[in-house]
Amino acid sequence: MRVESVFDRLEPLLPRVSKPVQYVGGELNATAKAWDDVAVRWCLMYPDAYEVGLPNQGVQILYEILNEQPDVLAERTYAVWPDLEELMREHDIPQFTVDSHRPVGAFDVLGLSFATELGYTNLLSALDLAGISLHAVDRTDDDPIVLAGGHAAFNPEPIADFLDAAVLGDGEEAVLEITEAIRRWKAEGQPGGRDELLLRLAESGGVYVPKFYDVSYRPDGAIDEVVPNRDRVPYRVFKRTTMELDDWPYPKKPLVPLAESVHERMSVEIFRGCTRGCRFCQAGMITRPVRERSIEGIGEMVQRGLAATGFDEVGLLSLSSADHSEIAEITKGLADRYEGTNTGLSLPSTRVDAFNIDLANELSRNGRRSGLTFAPEGGSERIRRVINKMVSEEDLIRTVSAAFANGWRQVKLYFMCGLPTETDEDVLQIAEMAKEVIRAGREVSGRKDIRCTISIGGFVPKPHTPFQWAGQTDPDTIDDRLRKLRQAINADRSLGRNIGMRYHDGKPSLVEGLLSRGDRRLGRVIERVWREGGRFDGWNEHFSFERWMSCATAELEQLGVDVDWYTTRERGEHEVLPWDHLDSGLDKEWLWADWQDALDAREQDDCRWTPCFDCGVCPTMGTDIEVGPTGRKLLPISPVGQGSPVRNPAFNGG
Amino acid sequence: MQKLRLRYAKRGRLRFTSHRDVARAFERALRRAGVPMAYSQGFSPHPKVSWAGAVPTGVSSVAEYAEVQLVERLDPEVLRDELNAALPDGIDVLDAADAEPGALADRLQVSRWRIDLPGTDVAELRDAVTALMAADTALVERMTKDGRRTIDARAALVSAEVQGGPRIVAQGDQISASTAQVDDWPEASEPYGILVTVVRQTTPVVRPDDVLSALRVVADLAPSAAASATRLEQGRLDDGGRIVDPLARASGGDRIPAGGPAAG
Repeated sequence: MRVESVFDRLEPLLPRVSKPVQYVGGELNATAKAWDDVAVRWCLMYPDAYEVGLPNQGVQILYEILNEQPDVLAERTYAVWPDLEELMREHDIPQFTVDSHRPVGAFDVLGLSFATELGYTNLLSALDLAGISLHAVDRTDDDPIVLAGGHAAFNPEPIADFLDAAVLGDGEEAVLEITEAIRRWKAEGQPGGRDELLLRLAESGGVYVPKFYDVSYRPDGAIDEVVPNRDRVPYRVFKRTTMELDDWPYPKKPLVPLAESVHERMSVEIFRGCTRGCRFCQAGMITRPVRERSIEGIGEMVQRGLAATGFDEVGLLSLSSADHSEIAEITKGLADRYEGTNTGLSLPSTRVDAFNIDLANELSRNGRRSGLTFAPEGGSERIRRVINKMVSEEDLIRTVSAAFANGWRQVKLYFMCGLPTETDEDVLQIAEMAKEVIRAGREVSGRKDIRCTISIGGFVPKPHTPFQWAGQTDPDTIDDRLRKLRQAINADRSLGRNIGMRYHDGKPSLVEGLLSRGDRRLGRVIERVWREGGRFDGWNEHFSFERWMSCATAELEQLGVDVDWYTTRERGEHEVLPWDHLDSGLDKEWLWADWQDALDAREQDDCRWTPCFDCGVCPTMGTDIEVGPTGRKLLPISPVGQGSPVRNPAFNGG
Repeated sequence: MQKLRLRYAKRGRLRFTSHRDVARAFERALRRAGVPMAYSQGFSPHPKVSWAGAVPTGVSSVAEYAEVQLVERLDPEVLRDELNAALPDGIDVLDAADAEPGALADRLQVSRWRIDLPGTDVAELRDAVTALMAADTALVERMTKDGRRTIDARAALVSAEVQGGPRIVAQGDQISASTAQVDDWPEASEPYGILVTVVRQTTPVVRPDDVLSALRVVADLAPSAAASATRLEQGRLDDGGRIVDPLARASGGDRIPAGGPAAG
C-alpha cells in the first residue's frame, strides 16, 4: 500500500484553525522513520488535545521503546480540535499522525492511552476521521488493531464495542510482545486474518479481546456472567507489571513541543505504585506493588534529560514522591548538582508531613518558591479514617506552620466532596481547617499576607478499589454541600478573604462515574452522545451534561437500567461487576473487607513498612515490593557552572 | 557581560509557531547548547533575551531579530553554529554580531515583505497596486488588543511593486520550504502574483494581511486563501532608500546586507 503524507493538503487549512502549531510536528526528539523499512507500525494516540496529550509519559515511553526497535516505527496522533475536524471532513483529510502526517488507518495498530473516561468520545472522532469502522466487529484485515491502555483500560467495558483489544497495567514489555506477535503473523502471510491475530494475542492471557467474551444479564439488570466464546481464550486477563525500573529508563529523550503544553517541565518517574491504601485512589490500587528507581538511575535520567531537552524544570514524578526511601538524598543531591543553573526541581505530589518542608526548602534553593500543596482529601478526622488518608489536623497545622516559618506564604489544599458516608458536617470541616491554617500562618510569620487555596473535586467511585461498591453522591447534594462550604468560609470576613476556593460542579463527575463503572450497555450511550456532537468532554466549554443525560435515558430505558443504577446505587457483595474478569491482582475478598473497614472508619497500614496486609497483588502477579534504601549518594557531577545545566566544550575559553 | 544580536529565520512548517513558541524554543535551545546566559534577578529568573517586533503566527521570515546577554564572552559565529545545532529545523540563526550602541528597535524601521498570491493575475495585481500607491489613504480594520481599530495602511507603505512571476526569487536567502523549490512551483500559465513591498514600522504595525486588505478596499482585489507572506528584510532606510542591515557596525561598511537590495 502506498502511504503518503497528507501535509500538502492539510497545510492550506492551518491558517484557518486555532493553534496550528499543534498539528505540524517537528518536536525535538521526535523520530521519523521510512515507512517501507519496517515490519510493524504503531500509531499511538492520547485522545485529548495536543497540549494535554503531548506531555503524557505513557505515550512518550512507548513511543521511544518502539522506535528503538530497528524494524518498528511509532508515530503519534492527538484529538483534533472541532475547528480542524470540520475542515478535515470538508476536504476529506483523514486523521493523521503529527510525526510524518500519515493517515492513521494505514498503521498496524492504533494504541490509545486512556487516563480518563472523558476521552471516549474523542476515540470515536478519531476512528471516524481515520475511516476505521466504529465497531470492532465491522473491521477488516486492512484496519489497524485498535488497542486501549492506561488506567481506564482496567474497565474498558463501556468502550468494548469500539476496541479490538485492551492491555491492563504497564506497557513497556507488552508493546514489544504484541509487536512480536504481529510481526510473526505478518511474516507468515497473515493466516486466519484479523481474528487469528487477535486470538494469538488473547491466548497469552495478557491482552483482553472483548469480542471473545460474551456477557449475559439478569432480569434486575445486573450481569449474570462473562464467559469466553472461543476455546483458546482464558477466563481471566491479567495486568502487566514492569519490574526493575532501572532497566527501563524511559523516556531517555523526552519530547519537547514547540506549542505550549500543560506541563512545561521534564518529568522523571522516581517510583511506580503506591501502597498507602487510600481507598478512593484507583491509581494506588492498580499500580501495586511499589517499585523504586535507584538514586543513580534518577540522577542519570535527570542529567541526560536536561541535556536532551533544555527544560528549566524537573518534576520528580510518582503517586507520592516524598515516599521514595531515599528522597532526602535525591533532593539534596540534585539541588547541589544544579545550584546556580536556574533549574527548578519539584515534587508534584507530596503528603502532609513536616519532613516535606525540608524537601521543599531544598528544592526551592534556586529561588523559585511558588506555593506548597497538600492533599488531606477529607475535611473531618472521621471521613479521613473512612478514606484511609491518615493525617490528623494537628499534623497539617504543624506542617503548614513549619512552612510559614520558613518563609512560604501560600498553601494549597486538595479535598474531595461526595465521599462514602459523608455528611454536610464533614465538608464544613474543610472551612475550619482552612481558617486554622490562616490563623497558624499569621501567628508564626507575623504577617497578614498568608493565603490558603482549597481545591475540591467531586468523588468518583472507581473499579478495583474498595469504593467500587459505593453509591456515588448525586450532583445536587455535592453542589449543595459546596454552597454551604462557601458560606461557612465567607462567614468570617477577616479569615475568609485569605481563603480561595476552587471547585467544579458535580455534573462532570457523575458522567465520569457512569463511564467508570459502566458495562457494555454504555457503548450505545457513548456512540449516541458522539453522534449528537459530543467531543472533548474533559473540557468545560465542550461538556454537556444535558446531552449525556438525554442520550443515556434514550438508550438505557429500553434495557431496564438507568443512570442512577450505574452511579448512585450501592452494589452488593455478590454482584458480578463488569470488570471482575479483568485481574488487577487485588483480591476481591480483601477489597470487600477493606470496604467494610471503611464503613466502620477503620484504618489500614501501609505494607511497605508494616507486615503484608494481604491485598493479593504480589502473590497473584508474581511480583514483590522493590524499595531501597541503597545507602548510595548521587555523585556530584563537577560544577555544572553558571547559566546552563549543560557544558558545551565549544565555548571553553571563549 | 556580552550583548549579542541575532538575525534568525522562522519558516517552513515552523511559520505556524507563535512568537511565544519561538521564544520558548530559543530559551530551551540556549540551555541545551550550554550557552552561558545572563539571567534576570528575582522571583522567577529568566534568561536575558529581548525580542524586537515579531512576525505574526503563520507568516514566514528570514529577518527576525533578538538580543541575548551572556556572562562570558563568546565568538558570535561559534554561538550561531552551536545554537543552530540545538534549534529545531525552521528556526535558524542566520547571523550573529556584537551589539552596537543604541537600541536594537531603533535599527528596525521598515520591513521588506514578499507576498505570494497564487491564483491572482499579475496584470490585475499590478493595477491594484498602482491604484493603492496612488491613493492618499487606505483605511483597513483590524482587531488589536485594544479592540477594533481602523488603520491607514497606505501611510505605512514606502514602496510596492509587482514582480512578473513565480520564478523571480529574492536574492540571498532561501525563503521557505514550501516556496523555495522552483521546480515545485505552478506552471507559468497559472496566474501567480508576487508583491514586494517596503512597509514602515508604525503603531499599530501594518502587517501583510493589512496590505492585502488595503488592496481589497482600494481596488476590490480579492486574493485567494492561499496567499502567503515572508519578511525578507528589516532595517533602517538610508538616504538612498536602501535598507541598512541592523547588525552592521556603525564604523565600517564591511558587512553585506544579507537580503540584498530590493530586486528590480
